[in-house]
Amino acid sequence: MWDAFGFEFVNFYLIPGLVLGCIYALGAIGITLTFGILRFANFAHGEMMMMGGYLTWTIMAIVTALFGLTLHPLVAMVPATAVVIFLFLLTDKYFYKPFRKEDTIKVVMASFGMMLIIRSAVQAIWGPNQLKFVSGIAKPNEILRDVSGSIDLMLLVPNKHIWIFLGTIVIVIALSYLLNKTRIGKAMRAVSDSPDLAHVTGIDVDQVIRATWIVGGICAMAAGVFLAMDIQLLETTMGFRMLLPMFAAAILGGIGKPYGAVFGGLVIGLAEELSAYPWIGDTPLLSPGYKTGVAFAIMVIMLIVRPQGLFKGRSF
Amino acid sequence: MEAYLGYFLYLLSLLTVGGIYALFALGLNVQWGFAGLFNVGIVGFAAVGAYSYALLTTAESTFHLGGFGLPLPFGMFVGMILAAAIAAVIGVICIRLRSDYLAIATIGIAEIIKLVFKNETEITNGPRGINKIPRAWEHFSEERFYSSWPLSWFASPETWESFFDWLPNWWWQPFFAGTVLLVMYVVYRLLERARMSPWGRMMTAIRENEPAARAAGKDVTTRRIEAFVIGAAIMGLAGALFAQHLRLIEPTNTFDSAKVTFLVWVMLICGGSGNNRGAMLGAFLIWTIWSASELVIGGTISLIGNVFQNLDTTILETRAGFLRMMLIGILMQVILQKYPGGILPEVRPASPKADKS
Amino acid sequence: MTDPILSLNNLKAGYGQTEILHDLSIYVDPNEIVAIIGPNGAGKSTAMKAVLGLLNIREGNVTLNGDDITDTPAAQVVRLGISYVPQTQNVFVNLSVQENLEMGAWTRPEGIPERLAEMYELFPDLAEKRNQAAGSLSGGQRQMVAMAKALMVDAKILLLDEPTAGLSPKYRGEIFATIQKIKSTGVPILIVEQNAKQALGVADRGYVLVDGANRHTGTGAELLADREIARMFLGGGH
Repeated sequence: MWDAFGFEFVNFYLIPGLVLGCIYALGAIGITLTFGILRFANFAHGEMMMMGGYLTWTIMAIVTALFGLTLHPLVAMVPATAVVIFLFLLTDKYFYKPFRKEDTIKVVMASFGMMLIIRSAVQAIWGPNQLKFVSGIAKPNEILRDVSGSIDLMLLVPNKHIWIFLGTIVIVIALSYLLNKTRIGKAMRAVSDSPDLAHVTGIDVDQVIRATWIVGGICAMAAGVFLAMDIQLLETTMGFRMLLPMFAAAILGGIGKPYGAVFGGLVIGLAEELSAYPWIGDTPLLSPGYKTGVAFAIMVIMLIVRPQGLFKGRSF
Repeated sequence: MEAYLGYFLYLLSLLTVGGIYALFALGLNVQWGFAGLFNVGIVGFAAVGAYSYALLTTAESTFHLGGFGLPLPFGMFVGMILAAAIAAVIGVICIRLRSDYLAIATIGIAEIIKLVFKNETEITNGPRGINKIPRAWEHFSEERFYSSWPLSWFASPETWESFFDWLPNWWWQPFFAGTVLLVMYVVYRLLERARMSPWGRMMTAIRENEPAARAAGKDVTTRRIEAFVIGAAIMGLAGALFAQHLRLIEPTNTFDSAKVTFLVWVMLICGGSGNNRGAMLGAFLIWTIWSASELVIGGTISLIGNVFQNLDTTILETRAGFLRMMLIGILMQVILQKYPGGILPEVRPASPKADKS
Repeated sequence: MTDPILSLNNLKAGYGQTEILHDLSIYVDPNEIVAIIGPNGAGKSTAMKAVLGLLNIREGNVTLNGDDITDTPAAQVVRLGISYVPQTQNVFVNLSVQENLEMGAWTRPEGIPERLAEMYELFPDLAEKRNQAAGSLSGGQRQMVAMAKALMVDAKILLLDEPTAGLSPKYRGEIFATIQKIKSTGVPILIVEQNAKQALGVADRGYVLVDGANRHTGTGAELLADREIARMFLGGGH
């Protein structure tokens, strides 16, 4: 099994697929929570992720300029997260809340507008060109490489990928604790279940909505920084590029189902990477240029076959 | 005199591009204003219209499939039909689902369409795009057109060549602008007729109260798909005109979803969704603001550059465009919240009973 | 005579433009079960929504312990001690039974574990299903969860909107028995019911609603004995 072929498969397709899957999963958590609790598809979510990456970069640059230190992105991410959460709450207050009692499509429209406002703001502030997020070539982690020994069993996993895996696991565990053990988490599930009943039960729905933006903001932030760590650069289009796969992941897992979103994210990430594997013959099964199409195809098939998603989310 | 000519040509270009955007807005109005369908993939339908037109009408080229050198109206017609066909497929899949899903699906299909145009380099010349797309009227001054039917009936190619050399180089601009406006007017009249017809009234009924319309035995899903397809066909047509206006199209910058999809949405919301005249008014108005603000901001930046000689204004120049986009976005949010009806709010078609009284 | 806990005085109310309640007056005294019966479309459930501030009240007022609560938003009404069990979708189907009860206690500042224990005593069936998703329970058990959830706060009054709709006769009896048990804990109950005979059987007083106004009033027994009412609602149950 683990011949030279397997080496290539695991290191160049499976692991990158899982990394991408983790990033999609984190982004999709935010999307599925907003979709479930606030009941609208937030088109600005990807842009928030992208902005989180830029803010992290800025904090790293400031620290370097002032103290001459190179901050790890995961550290710089912490203050940036606070800013992103603040922006999420601010957009909700001024752009989404006015439509809360109206037809949901107006909020979708407002979020579509936000998508372009945020992107243009980032382009105006940081410029339209790519920025280098982390420099240098990521070397594979030596311990993992040595443990696996011979060339046939070698695992080439750079540290950045280990951080991404660990970060995702920590966030998903924390999220499941929040949703199942804490009062506010249970209330989030309750509102996602039935907002009307939540109202007449006396649950403070506004508080639940704020909590949703905070949780979604943390996940979006992590997804944005992980993506920037993986590709080592920042682009203003990276958020928009993520949007479709994240929606696909949320729909695949079932709207309003955070675990479904995680599962969906991993499936979409793997499917995108593995679609370029030479399954038949020597050429990629699907030209890598069409990776994004894989997510779309999965989403469309899901919408036809099972709109409620794999984990029985809400279908409209 | 020269200056007036400049203003005149600027006005013509405003009318041309404004007219093309008005067509997009009319198409969107059928989908959103009439049927309440949230389409954020306008750019995809535009690209289909533009590319089909370009491939069918350009002269044979080694860079891309064809071109087939077919008549211009035929290219425009095929652009319409293909855009409509794609819309029919999406419609059948997504229209029965909630509006958010249609939004996601349309933005997705637009990206896929762009992806195909970018990756299928054999057919579309990939990111380098297709150029020398014939533009209505101006194309007559190309040799392959004046040396063939119908122009060859009237005079020899040599005569035509000297005739076109004699004309000022902008001679086609008024004709092209007129053609765009004529197409827009015809589409407008047809849509007005549709709006007043039983079909249009049924659309309003469905949008206002879907359960009641369903209970009354209306085939809601089919009507919606019809509206979606008609709207997409108009967008395909507008895309074909867009290709003529630009003469060079490529998948990424020409069909930037921010510029096309978003501007059209702002135009429709600003002008008044549900109102065809509002859609056209919004298109001309927003396009004028968009285009004039470019001049104003450009002027301001060069002024700043003159005052502060040592300042490098290139950064300002590259970023001003994004700032403009952001302001348009904020404008849309303000209209959405404060003036949801737009400048010309929807006027309900009178019921047949009211007509008689 | 004691002051009523809840009182609806000459209400005129409706959704948007349509007026459904034309002149409705109802009161509930402490330690009372009051039933509202009437034909479909008479405005029974609407009356309840009026109490909760879910619709547009044109004239008249609603008071709780003498305080005017007309037009108070639903979330606030719940905080004031009015617990409401909607007719349908009255439990969080994806939450466990216990989580449903915890959500019911959202506005309760303290003593939640004690209250939970009391509820499991009052609804013994629920105790063993506490970790099951509410959506997996039968209709009757869901109704129990919904009532227990509503009682998690120190309710001044419990509003039940057609608690037996769509349930089998066996469960109906059980629900009405539970309603009497709830009353014995000192919580007055206002119940809207399609199932007039059984409702009036347990009710201390009843109102017959016709066209958005109360037509007949009396004790449960009086109304049950009234021939006209018997002919109108109790006969074949149609």
